[in-house]
Amino acid sequence: MRTIRFLLQKEFRQIFRNKTILAMIIVMPTIQLIIMPLAADYEVKNINLAVIDNDRSPYSQQLISKITSSGYFKLRGFDASFNEAFKLIESDKADLILEIPAHFERNLIRENEQKLFIAVNAINGTKANLGGAYLATIIRNFNGELRTQLIIPPKFNPIPQIEIVSSNWYNTHLNYHIFMVPGILAILVTMIGGFLAALNIVKEKEAGTIEQINVSPIKKHHFILGKLIPFWVLGNVVFTIGLLVSYIIYGIAPVGNLFVLYGFIGAFLLAVLGFGLLISTYTETQQQAMFIMFFFMMIFILMGGLFTPIESMPLWAQWIAHLNPLSYLIQVMRMIILKGSGFRDILPHLGIVMLFALVLNTWALFNYKKTSA
Amino acid sequence: MKETVISTSALTKRFGDFVAVNEISFDVYKGEVFGFLGANGAGKTTAMRMLCGLSIPSSGNASIAGFDVYRQTEDIKKHIGYMSQKFSLYEDLTVLENIRFFGGIYGLSNQQLRLKAEELIEQLGLQKETKKLVGSLPLGWKQKLSFSVAVIHQPKIVFLDEPTGGVDPVTRRQFWDLIYQAADNGVTVFVTTHYMDEAEYCGRVSIMVDGKIEALDTPGNLKKQFGSDSMDDVFYKLARGAKRGE
Repeated sequence: MRTIRFLLQKEFRQIFRNKTILAMIIVMPTIQLIIMPLAADYEVKNINLAVIDNDRSPYSQQLISKITSSGYFKLRGFDASFNEAFKLIESDKADLILEIPAHFERNLIRENEQKLFIAVNAINGTKANLGGAYLATIIRNFNGELRTQLIIPPKFNPIPQIEIVSSNWYNTHLNYHIFMVPGILAILVTMIGGFLAALNIVKEKEAGTIEQINVSPIKKHHFILGKLIPFWVLGNVVFTIGLLVSYIIYGIAPVGNLFVLYGFIGAFLLAVLGFGLLISTYTETQQQAMFIMFFFMMIFILMGGLFTPIESMPLWAQWIAHLNPLSYLIQVMRMIILKGSGFRDILPHLGIVMLFALVLNTWALFNYKKTSA
Repeated sequence: MKETVISTSALTKRFGDFVAVNEISFDVYKGEVFGFLGANGAGKTTAMRMLCGLSIPSSGNASIAGFDVYRQTEDIKKHIGYMSQKFSLYEDLTVLENIRFFGGIYGLSNQQLRLKAEELIEQLGLQKETKKLVGSLPLGWKQKLSFSVAVIHQPKIVFLDEPTGGVDPVTRRQFWDLIYQAADNGVTVFVTTHYMDEAEYCGRVSIMVDGKIEALDTPGNLKKQFGSDSMDDVFYKLARGAKRGE
C-alpha cells in the first residue's frame, strides 16, 4: 500500500507539472462539446436545387414557392432546359434538379395525374437521399392540398386516408443536440483516457526511467495500479466537466440516477485505461503507441453507434461493434441521460464492460515484464 | 575466506545467432570495487543486465547476493542498486522528490527517508537545489545524484554502467570519492568504464573482448602480465583484436 502511495504521489506530481496535458484535459471537453454538437447535425439543410419549369403556370409557381419556403432548399438555378440545369450538377452547384413538365397544371386537374422528374446528385449520398425524400414529401403535401381544394369531398371518402401522428419519446422535439451530446461526451472520455494511458508507460520507456523501476523490487500490479488510478481520476474529472458543459450549454441534465451513471463510467474507464496500458506494454515509442491508438480509436468512434446506428450495419460489422467498448458507453449514456434507465436496465452493459476491464488489465499486467527474456 | 557476492559460471546471452555474452565466469567479493572493462559492443551492458535480473540468461549460471538469476530475479532486485548508462531519474521531479520516491519504493520508513534525504543532499552539496527539477541540473550533478539514489536503500551490490561518461575530470574525481565511500560501508561496487585512469582505481579489473572475458586481475598484475606500464596499453593490446565494432 505504501508503495502505491509513493507511485500515486509521483504520477500526480508529473501530471500537474505538465501544463499542456492539464490544459487539454480541461479545454478539450469544454470546447469540443460546445462546437461539435452544433456542427455535427443530421438534419440536411441548404440543399441546392435547380428547377426547370416547363409549365410556368400558377400551380407550378405555387409548388416552387412551397419548396423554397420549406427552409431546406436553396434555389440555385431556374433553367430553361435539363441540359442547362445538369451543368449545375456537374459543377457541384446543385444537388437536385426538379423538372416540371409542360401542361403540369392542366394534366393535374384534367387527368388527375402528372409525373414530375427529380434528378439527384448522389456524390454526397446522405444529402441526396434526404434531399430527395424531403422534396417528395413536399410534393405529396402539395398534391394533398390541391385535392382538397379542387374536389369537394364526397360523403364517403373513396380512398381512406391514414394520417400518422407520431410522438417522440425521450427527445420530444427531435433535438439533435440532445441526441449527440451524450455520445460526444462518451467519445471524449474514451479518447482522453485511452491516449493518456497508452502514452504514459511508453514515455517512461523512452526516457529510460522504466529501467530504474524494473530494477527495483516493486510489484508489477503496484506499478500498473499506480498508473491506472491517476488516469481513472482524470477520466472522472473530464466526464464531470463534460456533464457540466452539457447542462450549462444545452440544458441536458441526466434524467436517470447520477450514481448509476458514475458507476458505469468508473467501470468503463477501467476498461479503456486497461486497453491503453496494454498498448503501451506492446510498444517502444510514443509514436508507435499513438498510431496504434489512432487505428483503434477510428474504429471505436465510427463503429460506436454515434454516427450510424449499429442495428443497420451488416452482421459482421455488428460483431465488431459488440467488441467495441465505446458502443456500450454510448448506449448507456443515452439510456441514463435521456431515458432515465436504472441500474437493472444497464446491468448487461455493465457486465460486459467489467469483463472488458478485467481481461484488458490482466492482459496488460501479464504482458508488462520487469525481466526480459 | 572472502565472502562471494557475485558468482557466475559460463554465463551466456544469445540474441538469435548473435552471442552477446559468451560463457563468462568470475567471482566478485564483498566490499570490492570491481572494474568491468571492454570496448563498445563487447557485451558489458548485456552481462550487467543479466546480473541485475533485468534479462534472463540463455545458459550458464549466476548467483547475486546468494540469489539465482533465473528464478529469483525479484529477490536480487531487493539487494542491489543499479545506475544505467542512460540517466534514469525523473527529470520532471525535483531532487528531493526523486530521492523520496526511490527511497519510498524500496520500502524506507518515513524517518529513514527524511534522514537519508538530508544526509544525501548534504553529501552532494545540493542544499540549494533540492526544489529544482532534476532535468535542469548539470550532467555531473545528475550522475552523482543518480548514484546516491542507487545506493539509498544500502544494497549489497551496486551496478554502475558507465557512470562517468561525459562528465568533467573534477566531477569524475568526486564521483569516485562517492564510490569509495560506499565501498567503505561494505557495498560491493561493480562498475564499467572507458576511462583507464578509473580502471586504476578499481581493486580488480576484468576486460571483455567480443563477449568473452580475456583478462581478470588487479591493475598491477595485469600491467605485469602484458608488459605494459599503463592500463591504457593493457586495454589496447587486448581490445585491438576485437572483431565487433561500434
